[in-house]
Amino acid sequence: MKYYSYYPGCSAEATATPLGLSVLPVARALDIDLVELEDWNCCGSTPYNSVNKLEAGAMAARNLALAEKTGLDLVTPCSNCYVVLTSVNTHLKELPDFREKVNEALAAGNLTYDGGVKVRHLAEVLYTDITPEGISSKVTNPLEGLKVASYYGCQLVRPNGFDDPESPHSLDELVASLGAEAVPWELKARCCGSSLIMPEPNVALGLINKLLKNAQERGAQCLVTPCPLCQINLDAYQSQVNSKFNTSYNLPVLFVTQLIGVALGIPAKELALSKNIVSPMGVLAPYL
Amino acid sequence: MAETMVEAPAVKTSFVDEVCSVPGGEAIRSCIQCGMCTGSCPTANNWDYQPRRVIAMVRAGFREELLSSNSMWFCASCYTCTVRCPRDIKPADIMHALEVLAVRSGLSTKQSRTPVMYQCFVDSARGNGRVYELGMMIKLFLKTNPFAAIKLAPVGLGLFLHGRLPLRPTRIKGMKELKAIMDKAKKLGGAK
Ligand code: SF4
Ligand code: SF4
Repeated sequence: MKYYSYYPGCSAEATATPLGLSVLPVARALDIDLVELEDWNCCGSTPYNSVNKLEAGAMAARNLALAEKTGLDLVTPCSNCYVVLTSVNTHLKELPDFREKVNEALAAGNLTYDGGVKVRHLAEVLYTDITPEGISSKVTNPLEGLKVASYYGCQLVRPNGFDDPESPHSLDELVASLGAEAVPWELKARCCGSSLIMPEPNVALGLINKLLKNAQERGAQCLVTPCPLCQINLDAYQSQVNSKFNTSYNLPVLFVTQLIGVALGIPAKELALSKNIVSPMGVLAPYL
Repeated sequence: MAETMVEAPAVKTSFVDEVCSVPGGEAIRSCIQCGMCTGSCPTANNWDYQPRRVIAMVRAGFREELLSSNSMWFCASCYTCTVRCPRDIKPADIMHALEVLAVRSGLSTKQSRTPVMYQCFVDSARGNGRVYELGMMIKLFLKTNPFAAIKLAPVGLGLFLHGRLPLRPTRIKGMKELKAIMDKAKKLGGAK
């Protein structure tokens, strides 16, 4: 059994519910004990860091301070939480003035942070600690014949991810360890527009269209991603792309934990497959 | 020669120093204007001034023009520029620093809805300790263009019907402590 402190992030409990739900049975099946960080708060995300750095730093640091008490690595399944917590953690280490002020703020809530937490992405834990071989050895329903486009998005691999920032391969290896075929495609680490989908939908829809087009042309039957923002953009907004660009995509977009879960024989209900907007039941039927 | 020395006039912080002082903005002086950031940027077509030019304008002191532009608000934080920049400038962090300065100096553009969205997000995160996505979306559309919401309503409805848009916010237990931390951070102020 491997132990981690677990930070779900806000979206895993709302718009990314299928992620939040599917993480748990998959972790259990892989002997990962994710101990949820007691009373965690929002990481501040990119918006807070674009409004006020010190307040954003203090908000993120409350989580780091709580995690430090557990002595465990802090693992999040959300790529944006991962980037934000990592970046604040680095600034706290490198900028003494920032560290001092953030700790002064934390003291008002009876907390302190010494910089001792390692922030990690769940996908990295799956790849590095559990390994594709380890996962493969537990597969009961090999996904033979399923063509999957592994979509890394941005913040899993940039600016300081664990994989190649231009041409990553870890998700492809995870997909292959399930018996599925990871189709090669060019845009696997290009941007989906992230939160611009709300304030600037036209810009984001254009980027999403490019991604879906490329994945479809390369023969993918579905996409798989670890990132809540990417999944929502590609899944929930796919119908908007279809009406804007006169396309007819019907590409399910799974969270990586959902796809792993299917191959491990975990029931569809526990993986929240019915909560995906573009239904994956058709392409997954042979494996369920 | 000491007698010929005059006292330096009170130095106003230059724009480039201001940007440097925001965490992540430190390296801007070593830009060689190669244009890799602009060439890599997935949204650059929409910017009033594109990334390379943004860096040049910071160094040339075009404070008001830049802080009131829509440029940095189109940054999607994809960090492609950051991993490709040959001088380790971290252009994405500079865009975030410019957003901070635009907000602080009240110059944020009205041409983009992103500044309003970011503020709605911050209010939501501070209010409950967790972001309440539905509340934030509604607030954003009410504050900007309620009619734009009609177009996106099917997306919201789809998420709701799939159990992905809870109607009530989650609140953390330690709200009192978080508030104390955030109030103190606000008091300590500044970008650092
Ligand atoms: S990539 Fe870096 S060095 Fe080149 S123009 Fe952009 S910021 Fe300057
Ligand atoms: S991080 Fe921002 S500025 Fe840099 S390439 Fe991506 S969208 Fe453009």
